[in-house]
Amino acid sequence: MNFDPRYSARNFASVGTRPIRPDGVDKVTGRARYGADFNMAGQLVGRVLRSPHAHARIAKIDISKAEKLAGVKAVITAADLPDLTDGDAAMYDVLDNCMARTKALYDGHAVAAVAAIDARTARQALKLIEIEYELLPHVTDVDEAAKHTAPLINDAIFTEGLEEKPVKPSNVTKRSQFGHGDVHQGFGHADFIVERSFKTEQTHQGYIEPHACVANFSSDGTADLWVCTQGHFVYRQHCAQLLGMEASKLRVTSSEIGGGFGGKTHVWAEPVALALSRKAGRPVKLVMTRDEVFRASGPTSATSIDVKIGARKDGTITAAEATLRYSCGPYAGSWAEIGAMTAFACYKLDNVKTVGYEVLVNRPKTAAYRAPSAPMAAFAVESAVDELAKKIGMDPVDFRIKNAAQEGTRSSYGPVYGPIGIGPTLEAVKSHPHMKAPLGPNQGRGMACGFWFNFGGQTCTDLNIGMDGSVSLAVGTVDVGGSRASLSLVAAEELGIDYSQVKAIVADTSSLGYNDMTDGSRGTFSSSMATISAARNAIKILRERAAQMWDIAVDDVVWEKGHAIAKGEKHGNLGKLSLKEIAVESGKTGGPIAGHSELVADGAGVSFATHICDIEVDPDTGAARVIRYTVVQDAGKAVHPTYVEGQYQGGAAQGIGWALNEEYIYGKDGRLQNAGFLDYRIPVCSDLPMIDTQILEIPNPNHPYGVRGVGETSIVPPLAAIANAVSNAAGVRMTHIPMSPPRILAAIEAARA
Amino acid sequence: MVEVTLWGSLAATTGGNSKVEIEAKDIRELFRKLAEQYPGLEPWIEKGIAVAIDGTIYRDTWSKKLPAGAEIFLLPRLAGG
Amino acid sequence: MAGVAVSTTINGDAVEYLCQPDETLLDVLRDRLGLTGAKEGCGTGDCGACSIILDDRLVCSCLVLGAEAEGRRVETIEGMAHGDTLHPLQQKFLEHAALQCGICTPGFLIAAKDLLAKNPDPTEEEIRFGLAGNLCRCTGYDKIVRAVQDAAIVMKGA
Repeated sequence: MNFDPRYSARNFASVGTRPIRPDGVDKVTGRARYGADFNMAGQLVGRVLRSPHAHARIAKIDISKAEKLAGVKAVITAADLPDLTDGDAAMYDVLDNCMARTKALYDGHAVAAVAAIDARTARQALKLIEIEYELLPHVTDVDEAAKHTAPLINDAIFTEGLEEKPVKPSNVTKRSQFGHGDVHQGFGHADFIVERSFKTEQTHQGYIEPHACVANFSSDGTADLWVCTQGHFVYRQHCAQLLGMEASKLRVTSSEIGGGFGGKTHVWAEPVALALSRKAGRPVKLVMTRDEVFRASGPTSATSIDVKIGARKDGTITAAEATLRYSCGPYAGSWAEIGAMTAFACYKLDNVKTVGYEVLVNRPKTAAYRAPSAPMAAFAVESAVDELAKKIGMDPVDFRIKNAAQEGTRSSYGPVYGPIGIGPTLEAVKSHPHMKAPLGPNQGRGMACGFWFNFGGQTCTDLNIGMDGSVSLAVGTVDVGGSRASLSLVAAEELGIDYSQVKAIVADTSSLGYNDMTDGSRGTFSSSMATISAARNAIKILRERAAQMWDIAVDDVVWEKGHAIAKGEKHGNLGKLSLKEIAVESGKTGGPIAGHSELVADGAGVSFATHICDIEVDPDTGAARVIRYTVVQDAGKAVHPTYVEGQYQGGAAQGIGWALNEEYIYGKDGRLQNAGFLDYRIPVCSDLPMIDTQILEIPNPNHPYGVRGVGETSIVPPLAAIANAVSNAAGVRMTHIPMSPPRILAAIEAARA
Repeated sequence: MVEVTLWGSLAATTGGNSKVEIEAKDIRELFRKLAEQYPGLEPWIEKGIAVAIDGTIYRDTWSKKLPAGAEIFLLPRLAGG
Repeated sequence: MAGVAVSTTINGDAVEYLCQPDETLLDVLRDRLGLTGAKEGCGTGDCGACSIILDDRLVCSCLVLGAEAEGRRVETIEGMAHGDTLHPLQQKFLEHAALQCGICTPGFLIAAKDLLAKNPDPTEEEIRFGLAGNLCRCTGYDKIVRAVQDAAIVMKGA
């Protein structure tokens, strides 16, 4: 591959415009097909039986009565999903999470499943499965679980990353550390120090579409899977591995996806549906209920974070330190590690140290949630930064500007930054009219910054030019929020044709090479890079064909604005050849014209945002309400600005829900008490104001158009921005997320007392 | 010869050194030689390590050249949403 | 269990079906009639993704039994456009990018249609409260509210 991904400035014709998305009409007419909208002849209904206990040994499972019920075609347990993971510990955890083997590890853990001719029969069958549980002591709180007296969730786990190998097992699976300099010395130079402890509760991604799939396992050993996923190639690999299949024999088609936010990066029900279909010899449709989605999929980590930051009188931070404990559910993860990497990423620090601890709890396996782990760390750090600015007597924006990382700064997680946007977002906020707007009684304004890495990864794209000159673009990154529109714009830009001539689709796993999933804000970044590369390959062929049509040397043909142009004086009599004119003749000039690209899209540019938020707190009830909200974020280059704005707004709204209301509530019995949208309340339309956005474009040097990922960073600042606003509105420093009315009221009353 | 900086957790596998010198021309050779010289690093490499070269993070590209004098930093591989 | 025979009108067409007494109208629409535009996001009436209009009243079809549609008029998302002409709300949702994943979109369009039928000139606050029964996790509602405001202007002019 000789594709050069480096950025060069250019004038865009298509990129930066705002056309209607190619999948739009289907989505406003109800025709778009999501996970649960697909059916096959003879299809059965799959249902999963889940543990009602937080921690229990499975002594015995008797499925005989269920199997005998008329209309039941298959009943499976862990025995039907044997361990084929061959020492791959991470995949073993995935398998055990799909179907508990020896122990149920959380309320909602799958223990058996049935396939029956209809939903009612399936539900009846679940009731006929008899399970003997031996209850074990459980722990759901991250701090409690980290104590050495806590009930052990997995006695084979010894803390990794300690200097001395531990002799006793622990719920703390790993310690990780980042930083540079000497924080002890740094704090010695500080005139002011803020030291605080924070907690955040567990939240769910809250996608409106429950996990859904249709599995069809054939007796010849091949299978088809229709599924809502953020990564059908990854689902294929995982399902094939767990079911002992060759990946090529499993064809996975990604349906339209009704939200994922990281929650659909992970298999749960899909291997179960395939195993049911294999046993029943019929297609099986398995759709989770909302209760199951909450109890058994997602969620993010609950955290407990200690932060200490010191600064001189002039506002220079001299040292920053954080200890972060993140819950992983019952399986090892690396969530605190990411928190430890991102915590201080916005700042230029000579002395910084972060330590992360991964903690097992009897809750569902933690899954990625939009910039996973970063919002909680930012909440703790940005709250402390705000408090420190106040202590020094500096404006919080000026304090951040003074300490902001810039090109050449060593990041808190290690490498030195290239061109980055934290400074520009802060300057934009400083001069934003929102900062000068008057506030009413009981209102306060807060701001905060956020960082996310952004990913690249393996990407494969096909661009086929039809004989009528229209272009089919097949990509392998699932479209979670409008990427087919942005990628069509990129193809149109590169080929020099109109957006309407391009039709983008997400191809299935048998039609295209492997693609990593749409995670880490990589969809448009990576697939646009592959699309540019594929288009350039197609242009090379178009030039060759034009040369053939003119009977001249290909070196004399250039591609400009959608046309082949013969250059040089001797070709002065030749007109232009449009893409369509070349395509029409393609059957005679060598056959179909296409461009392909397979690449690893490295060099994803890091992303920064700064948010401003006005909050009104009712001092009598503790209820907080967002009355104005502004997002400023660097996009590198906004390919379709309307959808970039949408990402900014959506992330802010999720952050607002997390900050003010959303949390998993467990009873003493270890059962989730609010597994539904009534009691786990995500923001509704009447809870929010308009969310203003400002897109900054600081080009990513490692993408031809300067594109950075935009999807995730917007959820990082809101928790802290709102906490800082509440502090300014009600005079109380909130250290526990969510800042629900009872928590704010208690803080106000404590301050009054 | 390139100087490679390890993130905090890795220093335990290199006898407490957060910086090591390695003669390597690309990421593949870097991983191979790191594993040879510091066997404790091998499981980490197998689980997945990202390499930042002058601030740009590479996850999967073995063939990526390590320019002389470049800043080489090892990082954990991450999950995203 | 014996099925219940139901005669009803869906998007202006006479429709007859058999359903179980405990089967929701949402399941009938999706599983028996192939009208999968209404989505099941929760099954408990909290998310609004299954919104339909039943005799001029906005309801969650997951909270209505299939048998209750007997003799009534059902409007679903599939009946919102006329042929290939989109309803102004559908057009404005597209123009404003009022959808990202789109799973909530049918429910929002039905709820917005009901809102504008009853209040052709709503304030922003009336729109926000009128659509508070529908959950969207992608957009933060900003572009949805703007699309409805814009559609209201177009529809008043029509």
